[in-house]
Amino acid sequence: MAIDILIAEDEPSILESLDFILRRAGWTISSVTDGAAVLEGVRRLQPRVLVLDVMLPKRSGFDVLKTIRASADTRLLPVLILTAKGQQQDKRIAEELGANEFVTKPYANADVVGAVRRLLGDHGRAP
Amino acid sequence: MLSADFVIATAVAYVGLLFVLAYFGDRRARERKKSFLHSPAVYTLSISVYCTSWTFYGAVGNAARSGLEFLTIYLGPTIVFVGWYLVLRRLVRISHLQRITSVADLLSSRFGKSSRLAVLVTCIAVIGIAPYIALQLKAVTSSIQAVAGASEFGQGSLAGIDDVGLALGVAAAMALFTILFGTRHVDAKEQHHGVVAAIAFEAVVKLAALVAVGVFVVFIGGGFEAIFRNAAARGFTLDVENTFDDRWLTTLGLSIAAIVCLPRQFQVTVVENSDEDHLRVAGWAFPAYMMLMSIFILPIALYGLTTMPAGANPDMFALTLPMAAGQSGLALFAFIGGFSSATSMIILESIALSIMVSNHIVMPLVLRFTPSGRDGQGVSHLLLVARRFSIVLILSLGFFYFFFTRDSNALAPIGLISFTAIAQFFPAVLAALFWRDASLKAATAAIAAGFVIWVWSSFLPSFESVSPQVAELLRDGPWGISWLRPEAMFGLDGLDPLAHAAFWSLSINTFTLIVGSLLTSQSTLERIQANVFVDVFRRGNIAPRNFMRGVATANDLYFVAERVLGERRAAALFETAARESGVSPAMLNPSPEFIGRLERELAGSIGAASAHVMLSKVVAGAEVSLEEVMQMADETQQVIEYSQQLEKTSAELRSTAQQLEDANAQLRVLDSQKDDFLSQVSHEVRTPMTSIRSFSEILLDQGELDEQQRHRFVSTIHQESLRLTRLLDEILDLNALERGERTWENVPTDAEAALERALSVCDALLRQRGMRVEFGSRARAGMVDGDGDRLCQVFINIISNAVKYNDAEEPLLRVSSSVRAGFYGVEIADNGPGIGKAERSLIFEKFSRGQHGSADQSGAGLGLAISRQIVARMNGSLDLVAGPLPGACFRVRLAVLR
Repeated sequence: MAIDILIAEDEPSILESLDFILRRAGWTISSVTDGAAVLEGVRRLQPRVLVLDVMLPKRSGFDVLKTIRASADTRLLPVLILTAKGQQQDKRIAEELGANEFVTKPYANADVVGAVRRLLGDHGRAP
Repeated sequence: MLSADFVIATAVAYVGLLFVLAYFGDRRARERKKSFLHSPAVYTLSISVYCTSWTFYGAVGNAARSGLEFLTIYLGPTIVFVGWYLVLRRLVRISHLQRITSVADLLSSRFGKSSRLAVLVTCIAVIGIAPYIALQLKAVTSSIQAVAGASEFGQGSLAGIDDVGLALGVAAAMALFTILFGTRHVDAKEQHHGVVAAIAFEAVVKLAALVAVGVFVVFIGGGFEAIFRNAAARGFTLDVENTFDDRWLTTLGLSIAAIVCLPRQFQVTVVENSDEDHLRVAGWAFPAYMMLMSIFILPIALYGLTTMPAGANPDMFALTLPMAAGQSGLALFAFIGGFSSATSMIILESIALSIMVSNHIVMPLVLRFTPSGRDGQGVSHLLLVARRFSIVLILSLGFFYFFFTRDSNALAPIGLISFTAIAQFFPAVLAALFWRDASLKAATAAIAAGFVIWVWSSFLPSFESVSPQVAELLRDGPWGISWLRPEAMFGLDGLDPLAHAAFWSLSINTFTLIVGSLLTSQSTLERIQANVFVDVFRRGNIAPRNFMRGVATANDLYFVAERVLGERRAAALFETAARESGVSPAMLNPSPEFIGRLERELAGSIGAASAHVMLSKVVAGAEVSLEEVMQMADETQQVIEYSQQLEKTSAELRSTAQQLEDANAQLRVLDSQKDDFLSQVSHEVRTPMTSIRSFSEILLDQGELDEQQRHRFVSTIHQESLRLTRLLDEILDLNALERGERTWENVPTDAEAALERALSVCDALLRQRGMRVEFGSRARAGMVDGDGDRLCQVFINIISNAVKYNDAEEPLLRVSSSVRAGFYGVEIADNGPGIGKAERSLIFEKFSRGQHGSADQSGAGLGLAISRQIVARMNGSLDLVAGPLPGACFRVRLAVLR
């Protein structure tokens, strides 16, 4: 059962808002709330895009991203990095690790939707 | 079988080998190659010159006659090297600084560079050592005779030569060897690397030989045990009854004194020492050497007593046992071993004594009879002649002593006579090192008195068997005065003669030294030298200034230096000084410092007293008044104090710089902490802001939201706003607390009541998670100085953490409190996941959330940091402790009000 987007986010309210805006955009969504569950989720749900928070419990988003890029079957998975730290350094690390998009919290909903859309290469479907 | 001729030829060949060794040793040392000659091993082996033929032959005889007594001779030095390491180090340090060349020089130098004391010590040493030299001659003679007597080829070229003739031959040969070895040139610092190398080699040979004989004896004797058993069966038992009697203690004490004061021991241990650290190795290696040397002495003695015919000389067992067993090769090795131990002693002892004689007796005489010192001819040559003459004299004295006492049998007692003589220096040497007030007059009188008693009670009685007069004297005393009988002085009868002699000579010696020093005053030079010696290890002790003031031309000084040091070294010394002051050698204006340096250099060749006398002859107006010397001493003291002050100041500066450095580092840490804090705050603020912004946008979109969704989103926004507010409050609160501020007054508060309140506030939360609460012992009340609300906040924080992080199936909270030893304490434990080792130090840090923090945690990770600060502001503590449940346990401790 492949889905469009897997969200990895531990803050319940933020997860709820992401879930709402991305569902509203017409995609199928699933979520995990800690870093250790991300890889398992990716393997099981085969998402087309991963939205990945950096400050996750148990395993940091950067760490997870490194593993994803190192594994043959997930190497090309488009990843959107979300971070609340918002410093240049985080963005640089994200780029070095091979993140495809980078969005800083607090975000405008349209920025997240736009970034995911670019990653899906999906221009057609209207909200 | 061995013949006497063959043995003598072997001995000569062996000496030839030693000579080659010494020659190459000298060459290596002169080429300044960093060689094994300067190693602690060679140093230790050279100290083993202590083990002479007294050890090789005499100890066996001593053991056969008196049992374990022979051991004391090795126990004493062991005590000194193991226990008195610091004394030896002090001796070596002083001697290097003062260019000390002998024990006479040491005493003379300490007691105001007195030539008279140096002469006295030298004379006593030369006379006192004579029995010891005789012992070696006797041992070598006996060993040759033992070989010759057993030879089936007859006595060869020894036929018709009695023991006296043989001993004379041995003495002459030894004198020749020693002159060839030790007086080829006058060394810079009286160090003889070549000789030391040969001595070290001999130390190896004698050890190997004695061990070889020992192993052989144990082997043919059927093992240690069998030897002891058979000896006991034949009635030969160890004399252990007299162990620890007066004689034991005496020989122990004498050997302690001997290892320090014997001229040859002083030479190898102190003068030839090239590195103080070598003492550290010698400290264990030399005792180990002596132990190896003495391991086989008892078996050899007992086996000899058991198997050799009655009347056989036990001193020669080490040689005669292998011969009796037909082991010619081993016997020859044993002979060479005994020969080694005798020659090494004779060579080194006569070198050491000859240096003393030439420096302290011949030099002063030469100085007295050559008025201006401008004869232009070096004294080096004269010194060499003097030394050669001294060697002949010393061996002659040894021979004469042998000649007069040849009828007495044993070796060891002869050695102890010498030990007693040399021990007379010991009180003065100790005083020189440690006692500032010891005076020249007292030291001279003490040593002289000790020596007189020694002559009377120890030296004289050794002629008893050859002189009826002496025997009569021993029996009746002089002129029939019985309390002056040599072996029962002052009515002290019944003591062992050795103990008697040692007791009276050393008691009177020490008494004279102490009382004399208290009654007499020191000269200025004495006082200065005393301070230099006693304070040698004190910080800031600078080399003594030269107290010879007055005028001396560089020319005069150069002539003096050239005479003593030789042209090359004198020129080098003056060129160095000239270079330092930036003038040509001819223009050198001798400063007091330079004269002082010159004096020390001269002292290294001719002794402190002679050097002092020699220089004072060319430095015009050399006599300095007491006031001037004291003023100079004061100045020196001021220089020392000033330099100490400077050192202190610079140490303070260094510490200030270090403090600044530390503060800077701390600031940098604080800076990076501030960065971390801001970044954490940013994260903690951005998280609720994200929800607020996102949901606000959703609401603004005016999309197809139903009422339920709209309500839910609005309430999320509201909650997140509250969270923001709470976060800001917490940050401000923590900030104030960390600055040491309190937003409350500490008043008498019942902490137990606050705990109760916290529990009831958390009741709903606990119920919601199904967490059971268990109570341990409870305090009835806990009156502390604090604030009830803030304490309640702390307890709530701990309890809610316990609830929040608990993932156990049956979550449990255990609360107990007590008042004990003036403290109110609460422990709140849970059965949650606990806190990992790595995190324990971090949980009280800001923004630290445990590993097990779950997705629904709402705190910013400031709770514990704030709680700890709150408790600290009430002068209490909040800690993570080992608790009764598998999870975490927090303890709050506060002092109870009285």
